Amino acid sequence: MTSKVRAVFGMSRKLNRSFTVSLMLFALLALFGSFMVLPLIYTVNNAFKPLDELFIFPPRFWVNNPTMENFADLINLMGNSWVPLSRYIANTLIITLLGTAGHILLASAAAYPLAKYRFPGSKVLFTIVILSLMFSPHVTAIPNYMVMSWLGWINTHASIIVPSLAFSLGLFLMKQFMEQIPDALLEAAKIDGANEYRIFWSIVMPNVKPAWLTLMILQFPALWGTDGGSFIYSENLKTLHYALSQITQGGIARAGVGAAVALLLMIVPIVLFIISQSSVMQTMATSGMKE
Amino acid sequence: MQAETTKAPAAPAINARQASRWSLLKRDLYLSRHYYVLMAPFMLIFFLFTVIPVGLSLGLSFFHFNMLELPRFVGWQNYSRLFLNDDVFLIALKNTLLFAVITGPVSYIACFLFAWIINELSPKIRAVMTLVFYAPSISGNVFFIWLIIFSGDSYGYMNGFLMRLGVILEPILWLANEKYVLAIVILVQLWLSLGTSFLAFIAGLQTIDRSLVEAGTVDGIKNRWQELWYITLPSMRPQLMFGAVMQITASFAVAEISIALAGFPSVNYAAHTVVTHLMDYGTIRFEMGYASAIATVLFAMMLGTNILTQKMLRKIGE
Repeated sequence: MTSKVRAVFGMSRKLNRSFTVSLMLFALLALFGSFMVLPLIYTVNNAFKPLDELFIFPPRFWVNNPTMENFADLINLMGNSWVPLSRYIANTLIITLLGTAGHILLASAAAYPLAKYRFPGSKVLFTIVILSLMFSPHVTAIPNYMVMSWLGWINTHASIIVPSLAFSLGLFLMKQFMEQIPDALLEAAKIDGANEYRIFWSIVMPNVKPAWLTLMILQFPALWGTDGGSFIYSENLKTLHYALSQITQGGIARAGVGAAVALLLMIVPIVLFIISQSSVMQTMATSGMKE
Repeated sequence: MQAETTKAPAAPAINARQASRWSLLKRDLYLSRHYYVLMAPFMLIFFLFTVIPVGLSLGLSFFHFNMLELPRFVGWQNYSRLFLNDDVFLIALKNTLLFAVITGPVSYIACFLFAWIINELSPKIRAVMTLVFYAPSISGNVFFIWLIIFSGDSYGYMNGFLMRLGVILEPILWLANEKYVLAIVILVQLWLSLGTSFLAFIAGLQTIDRSLVEAGTVDGIKNRWQELWYITLPSMRPQLMFGAVMQITASFAVAEISIALAGFPSVNYAAHTVVTHLMDYGTIRFEMGYASAIATVLFAMMLGTNILTQKMLRKIGE
């Protein structure tokens, strides 16, 4: 019996393992794991609860009679609103897709020289990027607003998309990952007559696909969840997240719709992560900071 | 006269050396022109929205500025007001330091501990457990689920649960009570905090050389704790550094969760943080100079703590 358990836990190949301690550690893992996952499972259940189950006392965790009613209500509700749902979806897609794709492209282009060459200023620039990892964007929120208004970008999608293109964590991870590309590969391309842009585009980029997915999984949830912040005021430029948070604030009558909304907002980034997990892990292995 | 004759030939030599250094740099710049072109788009945006704003914020913190009138230089007045005359800021500072001292180290250790246990599992279960711990931090604003759990009426899970157990007789207004609200925000922040660094730790653990562990066994390492201290931790130092930066920065920047759970402003400012204080003055009162001083203090705290922690982490396994 215990040997079977050991096999499941992948322990048979390990050295110096006390079985009792293992069991205790796994119990700890299970305990905190359920703390992490129960609120999410609850969110999923809630989205399928009919109205009478949502308001039952005492509240129930699992759904008894699952229904799609909440999703149907959501579509009806949004269909009747002043700005159609499709507009919010389009806004969110524009912001998320342009912001994520542009970030991957720009961060890779900037990471390639930093990872593979030394040139005047390369060290200083990388140090500034590292330093910027050490403080959060809140620090620059106010001057950012001034820069935006100076550029005339207030109330445009550019105010959300453009700053997100230069996210320093993305550059950092990409640079660390690119350092693994063998120099011989680049030199061979150079001998064959390729210029730097060509090398970047046809040799380096295809080789860092796992890192693309990692940058995507970091950037996507942030943009997917943006409500426009302090930059977007027009209703028809607002995002899906904003529209949905208006619904959840709508009160008791819309509790069912709110639950459906919560599920929709949460499921997309999670599914993306499930798909890209192994690539993300491959990139994260190179994420260390050298001293 | 003689002095002049000895000086005369020396001068062009220095010039020549300066010139050659200058031309060397020029040649270097010319040879690397493609690299600058590749980096230009990213760096332009990065400087425009990160580096320049930091400088602007520093500069503005010495001015009185409300976006309508021209900035007026006031010297250190914003800072003296901040620390001597603003009781709410002191509450915010205390709360932020509490977050930094509690959620920072706890989430950092949790990231490592769970990554370390998960690393022992078979690949399939490992993938599932990674998802379980990472999902909250990417699931967007699902943390409002905690509003239902800590809801003030008897529909709230916590109230319902405690009432059924008979611990309490009447529902507690969890999020409107100074006594509980900060602790709840800390709990939810911990729930959300296993992010990038957690992934980095799992990945880092998998890259540890198996032969190192086997050599360690031969050298007399008896159990997993010794293996952890003498082999695992030192091998992972680069990831540990990265993780520390991520966790520290996040623990100083708590704001959205506080606003979502405790409201803005929270009861008696019980869950007020430096960032919510910054939002208050920057986006509601439009006292930009004062808000910039708050931002500068925050910047200094984040940077200082990070650099200090990096120095400490260098000592691991020594």
